[in-house]
Amino acid sequence: MKELITSLANRYGVRDWKDLKAGQAACFVDSGRLRDCLRWLRDEAGYAHLSFATAIDQLERGVFTLTYALRNHERGHSLLVHSEIDRTRPVVDSIHRLWAQAWTYQREMKEWYGIDFPGSPRVDEEFVLEGWQGPPMMRRDFDSLAYSDATYAERPGRASSDPAEHMKRELYPEEQA
Amino acid sequence: MSDKHSIPGPLANEGLPLAERGLFCDAPPRQYQRANKITEAFWNWARAQSLWILGFGTGCGAIELRPLMTSRFDMYRYGIQPRPTPRQSSVFVIGGYASVKTLKRIVRSYEQMMGPKFVVALGSCTINGGMYWDSYNTIKRIDQYIPVDVYIAGCMPRPEALLAGFQELKRIIRAGRGEGQNEYARKFEWYKANQKQVIKDWNMPDYNW
Repeated sequence: MKELITSLANRYGVRDWKDLKAGQAACFVDSGRLRDCLRWLRDEAGYAHLSFATAIDQLERGVFTLTYALRNHERGHSLLVHSEIDRTRPVVDSIHRLWAQAWTYQREMKEWYGIDFPGSPRVDEEFVLEGWQGPPMMRRDFDSLAYSDATYAERPGRASSDPAEHMKRELYPEEQA
Repeated sequence: MSDKHSIPGPLANEGLPLAERGLFCDAPPRQYQRANKITEAFWNWARAQSLWILGFGTGCGAIELRPLMTSRFDMYRYGIQPRPTPRQSSVFVIGGYASVKTLKRIVRSYEQMMGPKFVVALGSCTINGGMYWDSYNTIKRIDQYIPVDVYIAGCMPRPEALLAGFQELKRIIRAGRGEGQNEYARKFEWYKANQKQVIKDWNMPDYNW
């Protein structure tokens, strides 16, 4: 494993290696070298299986964290490759030529976070939403409640109460006096 | 369906490509024409005895229809049974939350059902949004988009509650108060406006029958 860490660091500047648990580790790579790094991991290091790819909105730091989960079935080891891109310019290399199924994840990230993957098949088509006209809804600065209030009719008279307080009132009314 | 009684409606199936517009109906829905009192009372009794529900589970509440069908609660003894297509059904059970994507299918299915038709909405989500009150893609009350005859509250309502709801629906039908279809015909443009307000990509016919 030391060998892998060293050669990833030397070749692609991979840093922050962290063993999460037995058989699972995480590391960080710059987004410009992400695709080359993943290709090397797939072809040379045995991490041939892409389990999933996803994005995390780091609103406070102004970046999206992209996560690619790879698995080396021969050694029984999983590797989470993290990378960060600027929130204001969310474009990153597509990896659909490395793993054909990656286009589905990329289409998902395009619709939910607005991250673009130029060249990825059907990346601009709608994924789970139909006729969505708002901003990408999984971004953390998207206000779901405000959008819902503005868009969908509401039945008046809805009230909410704290469950603990409510049950106390219902079950032990004498204590409230 | 263009017979001599129908006049072209105000909507022109604009969501469809030009070549397909002629394939669909161009007349608004009509209200149900009542027969004389005695015949109508007999028909209403018969309708209440055979509620055929559309086999379309629109939300998580549809899971409660399975125990209702099977031997423990056995809805067949009340004359309730599922049907595979809207054309054969008289009751539409809205099973809980409806996303905008599902609402499109709900509207199409509801309009394709033959009258007289009734809607049972189950779960808090159909009444006031329930736990999806702040969701970006879930409507908060179904009665803005299709008329509802009976609500069954709960999250989820138990099969017993559903049976009670169906008994209530039967009482409504027997009393001749199942006015959903007529209401839809009367307030058709209001319903359509509401539907089009949330379904932004209206790419289906305006008249689905």
